[in-house]
Amino acid sequence: MSNPTVTIDGRAVEFQPGQTILDIARSAGIFTIPTLCYMQGTNPTGSCRVCVVEVEGWRTLVTACSTAATPNMVIHTENPKVEAARKNIIELLLASGNHNCLICEANGECELQALAYRYQVATPIYANPPGAKYYYEDNNSMIVRDFSKCVMCGRCVRACNERQVNLAIQIGYRGHHNKIVGKCDYPYIDSDCVFCGSCVQACPVGALLDKNAIGQGRPWERRTVRTTCPYCGVGCQIDLHVKGGRIIKAMGARAIPNEGRLCVKGRFGLGFVDHPERLQTPMVKKNGRLQEATWDEALDLVASKLKEIKDQHGPKTIGGWCSARITNEENYVFQKFMRAVVGTNNVDHCARL
Amino acid sequence: MSGHCHGISVPPPEFTPEQWAKIDSIIECYKDVPGNLMPVLQAVQEAVGCLPPAVQDRIAQGLNVPGSDVFGVMSFYSMYTWRPKGKYVIRFCESPPCHVSGSDNLLEFMKAELGVPLNHTTKDKLFTLETTACLGVCEVAPAMQINEVVHGNLTKDKIRQILADYRAGKAPDYKTLPYSTNDFRSYKQSPAELVLLSNVGVIDPEKVDDYVAKGGYEALKKAVTTMTPEQVVEEVKTAGIRGRGGAGFPAGLKWSFTRPLDVPQKYVICNLDEGEPGTIKDRYIVEGDPHKVLEGMAIAGFAVGATKGFIYCRGEYYLCKHRLNTAIEQAKAKGYLGSNLFGTTFAFDIEVRSGFGCYICGEETALIESIEGKRGYPRAKPPFPGVEGLWRKPTIVNNVETLASVPAIIAKGGEWYKGLGTPDTTGTKIYQVIGHVKTPQIVEVPVGITLRELIDTYGGGMKNGKKFKMCQTGGASAGIVTAEALDVPIEFGAMSKVGGALGSGTMLVMDESVCAVDFARSVAVFFAHESCGQCTPCREGTVQLLRTLTRIWEGQGRPGDLEFLERLGQTMMDASFCPLGQTAPAPLFSLLKHFRPEFEDHVSGKCTHGVCRTT
Ligand SMILES: Cc1cc2nc3c(=O)[nH]c(=O)nc-3n(C[C@H](O)[C@H](O)[C@H](O)COP(=O)(O)O)c2cc1C
Ligand code: SF4
Ligand code: SF4
Ligand code: SF4
Ligand code: FES
Ligand code: FES
Repeated sequence: MSNPTVTIDGRAVEFQPGQTILDIARSAGIFTIPTLCYMQGTNPTGSCRVCVVEVEGWRTLVTACSTAATPNMVIHTENPKVEAARKNIIELLLASGNHNCLICEANGECELQALAYRYQVATPIYANPPGAKYYYEDNNSMIVRDFSKCVMCGRCVRACNERQVNLAIQIGYRGHHNKIVGKCDYPYIDSDCVFCGSCVQACPVGALLDKNAIGQGRPWERRTVRTTCPYCGVGCQIDLHVKGGRIIKAMGARAIPNEGRLCVKGRFGLGFVDHPERLQTPMVKKNGRLQEATWDEALDLVASKLKEIKDQHGPKTIGGWCSARITNEENYVFQKFMRAVVGTNNVDHCARL
Repeated sequence: MSGHCHGISVPPPEFTPEQWAKIDSIIECYKDVPGNLMPVLQAVQEAVGCLPPAVQDRIAQGLNVPGSDVFGVMSFYSMYTWRPKGKYVIRFCESPPCHVSGSDNLLEFMKAELGVPLNHTTKDKLFTLETTACLGVCEVAPAMQINEVVHGNLTKDKIRQILADYRAGKAPDYKTLPYSTNDFRSYKQSPAELVLLSNVGVIDPEKVDDYVAKGGYEALKKAVTTMTPEQVVEEVKTAGIRGRGGAGFPAGLKWSFTRPLDVPQKYVICNLDEGEPGTIKDRYIVEGDPHKVLEGMAIAGFAVGATKGFIYCRGEYYLCKHRLNTAIEQAKAKGYLGSNLFGTTFAFDIEVRSGFGCYICGEETALIESIEGKRGYPRAKPPFPGVEGLWRKPTIVNNVETLASVPAIIAKGGEWYKGLGTPDTTGTKIYQVIGHVKTPQIVEVPVGITLRELIDTYGGGMKNGKKFKMCQTGGASAGIVTAEALDVPIEFGAMSKVGGALGSGTMLVMDESVCAVDFARSVAVFFAHESCGQCTPCREGTVQLLRTLTRIWEGQGRPGDLEFLERLGQTMMDASFCPLGQTAPAPLFSLLKHFRPEFEDHVSGKCTHGVCRTT
């Protein structure tokens, strides 16, 4: 039996039951439907309404991201009615905040800005005046929250609750008073937040910012470098944003195993790379003082000391302690070295603590 | 929003060990109840007055829910507070029916009398003054509620007297009052037989025996002992009754979708949110004859295969909650609720859940979310609740009036019921005639009465001999009709043809003193206050409607404002998530259609009615 079909902009497209209009359109190579609150890997909420399309026979427009297709739907993704609604919605979002792109950190990668550009919508005259007050939070060392830019898409909430399952933030209040809140509406630092920064990565605009990246470079000035997080054996993939040879910020890469997620260390803990006090060569203690040495010198010293102890006191007097910051394979090699080369079973690992 | 918890200037109250013990016992008591967050928050607030951060933490830990959820839910509903308030909280109604009855001036007077601005507490910690959306007592507009008690038909003298009484320690106990507002029997009655309100004002609503003596629970007995569930559904279908909550969906048809679903658990929900401004009818049924609603629900449960029912009662209807809980207890004791009803295997149980100041929770899917202990955000439909509702189980949601019609339908038959009313809208209907009429009241008559008859016969004619200007039909989200529609029967079909609606059956009558712009703005205040905020067009649109109308109302209109309102309204209608946003601009459109010159006058700076602040 063949799959059911829908008609999108005059084109018949097959689909699997349960697929949304957006899924179907995108997998058929139709990219005319914009989105904002939609976030892959989380439940669509249909809240921003930017993705509305017209379905023949339906009373109102419907959201492509959250509406499951039914057989023989006739869908229009671009017509005057749909576009008028999208434009007006973008206008309303621009009006609800203080979107001064000139000094906004998100300029160039902001999804609202992209929508405004695509639909040629300027900030309307009825927008809140530039002096309007919004919630602004800058009292921790990692994340700045600037709600003059928040468009209430709820992506941060879904990142926190559905992707990271940290359950630290929710949508609070009602209507146009809506605001993202932690417990008791405390700032992040006093809430249940663990500073994984997933919300920052999920935010489509400049409302949640990596504090240390502020003012460090525009998106087009930065290069991204894919790497593996140096902290633990999970091996999360990171896209480092680099400018002038320096790391500006870390974003979780959409790859195995982390699929975009990172923890506080992988995201906000890479400052050591460029830190002036970072050790850059091995240090060997000579005459009671640590002094720079070459790797050969250092390793020879360790080997000779191990051998000396083994010869004098036997291998059982040696123990090895390994780190969670290296991979499983490296840990394997380490225990092999301890058992087969040194000849001891005294081997352990910090993650067992 | 300014109200960050951590930004409170008043220090949170210190609770005594006894109070903490009380809080813990409430948490313990609800620990295993599904959807316990709302009941716990309500009980704790009632016990200790407010819900400061330490209490929120305790509840979050005790119920094992994230603290962010606790705050997210609390801050959604208007009646929760994390700051201490005065001994008496005054909720002053500012919705359209009270507004056209002069509530604005009285509110100013109230502020002066108390010597505090809005949302502040008097120095003696006696009163906190707040405004509220419609309290559901519009027949006594302008109205307010002080803690649980309603005070209506307010005048300056009356306000002064009420405040003096409270200051003197003479606060009435709501449980001892016969009704929240008026005695139904004091109203002009129709000669036709009463189906819904037959017992109201006749029996003691707190005595199940009174109800039984009037033939109560006979219909339930008949259904469960002599009929199959399918037959019950058929009977209701035959009756042709259309939902009385506003949308008019045929009840029998709704039930017939849920009946055949083969799942172990289904639910019946009775919608007693009654938040639509001008709507006051369900309160009369429940305060005067609560068992009728319970019986209707049990029959519905039998028909669709549900064993559990919930009544979602708006937070402000304290007397309703009290009467319902009393009735449920008595019905259980007498074997009309519980297991093995009338010696059969059928079991049915009912629980009352309370809203807490939130209009959108009358929308059936938001209501379901609220019972589940969440923010009242409407869900996307489909799936409809009849297939996937409360806790994702098939759930029928019906209005109080719909369910209260069911016992009579079963007792006397669907054919009999169909004979009442019009072919479009069968049965009897409780109409509410409020606003600028001499005697605002409710009346139950067979559907089909005209607006003129309603105003002249039951409303006692126009107040102060003024001329009729317009009527908002069916509730705040419905259209406005003018004198041309006075002779149209008030049913779903005929009304919608003239741009009005039957809706909940409320008719807000307005005389020529009302300015169309001022009224439009008052409606906009309501929607901006009650939008849930889930979707952009409604969250931002309701505010922009209000701001623009306010500017026009203040004489600061700009050319292009009306076109902007129309464009914005169109987007809200086309692209909003739920019917609230989709219909919020409807009254405005209707006013623009009938009274555009008034709007144009305002834009050019003058209010011909001398009502608005255009000077
Ligand atoms: C914003 C909004 C508010 C509503 N408020 C109520 C209400 O207070 N009471 C009610 O019975 N129905 C209300 N409804 C209608 C319900 O969603 C639902 O249609 C009704 O309870 C179904 O019952 P019925 O078919 O018996 O009318 C509301 C709908 C919307 C969109
Ligand atoms: S959030 Fe986007 S639209 Fe708003 S100021 Fe920043 S870049 Fe501009
Ligand atoms: S940083 Fe992580 S834990 Fe904190 S709010 Fe954002 S997603 Fe949640
Ligand atoms: S902070 Fe960012 S992600 Fe969160 S709701 Fe606002 S715009 Fe969306
Ligand atoms: S992307 Fe579909 S509603 Fe926001
Ligand atoms: S009670 Fe004030 S409008 Fe209903």
